[in-house]
Amino acid sequence: MTSDHAAEMSDHAVDIDKHVRVYITVFVALMVLTVITVAISYLHLSVPLAVTVALLIAIVKGSLVAGYFMHLVSEKKLIYAVLVLTVAFFVALLALPVFTHSNGFWIPE
Amino acid sequence: MDIPYTVELRRDTGLNNGKIGIWLFLASEVMLFGALFASYILIRVGAPSWPRGDTVLDVPLATFNTIVLISSSVTMVMAWASLMRRRFETFRMYMGGTILLGLTFLVVKYFEYGHHLELGEFPSTNNFLAVYYTLTGLHMLHVFGGMVVNAYFWGPGAKLWKTNPVWFTNRVEHSGLFWHFVDLVWIFLFPTLYLL
Repeated sequence: MTSDHAAEMSDHAVDIDKHVRVYITVFVALMVLTVITVAISYLHLSVPLAVTVALLIAIVKGSLVAGYFMHLVSEKKLIYAVLVLTVAFFVALLALPVFTHSNGFWIPE
Repeated sequence: MDIPYTVELRRDTGLNNGKIGIWLFLASEVMLFGALFASYILIRVGAPSWPRGDTVLDVPLATFNTIVLISSSVTMVMAWASLMRRRFETFRMYMGGTILLGLTFLVVKYFEYGHHLELGEFPSTNNFLAVYYTLTGLHMLHVFGGMVVNAYFWGPGAKLWKTNPVWFTNRVEHSGLFWHFVDLVWIFLFPTLYLL
């Protein structure tokens, strides 16, 4: 290991203590949100409302994992560029069957 | 000849090879699971009727597995943090915990599958079960794949720590990114399959 790398890791070690506190907080938040997701399912809401609530909570949980455990809150621009492109194609992929259905191209019998 | 940018960062992107490589791979994984989620939506909105997941599947067992997988994400990130703090033995403990939690997830899934198969509920039985087995089966393969890589870094791959700790830390970070992605997929699979 070069001295530059050793110094770099030492600097990081100081930051890591702060990060670890964040990881624990995110862990608790994820557990609470899991309990809320399951609890809401017992309310037997209407399907559109249940889907909306479940997906909103899942998006919040997913954002916490991606943002803090995968360090996306402090990532480089190139990674963001790759992900913006991915999200655009992902949304198009999910929207395609929904639009096809709502335009009446899909008529189940 | 050494391959450049395994440890040092490229000046133009600020990234090393492994980091950009794993994110491009994860982007392809998003599209893989995206295609299956799109198929699920298409089949479900086109079906005359569709069962609520909790009438067919075991919600308490899946909730337990959700907690297991989220916990494994925390132990994974703590394993990486331990290396950043230069505490190798702590890394081994957390990485071992991650592997065991992954194993717990798979064992629970084995009993869950076994229960459905005993009841004669096969992928060919109906579209709901076909979607359930396909999505959870592919996810299980990812859990298994992640465990194999993590076990390598816990065991034989760990000798790199002695010769090149920065490179080893990078490798663990990148396998962690994959593991967190597997957790992230489950966070969406759990409500969409089991609760709605």
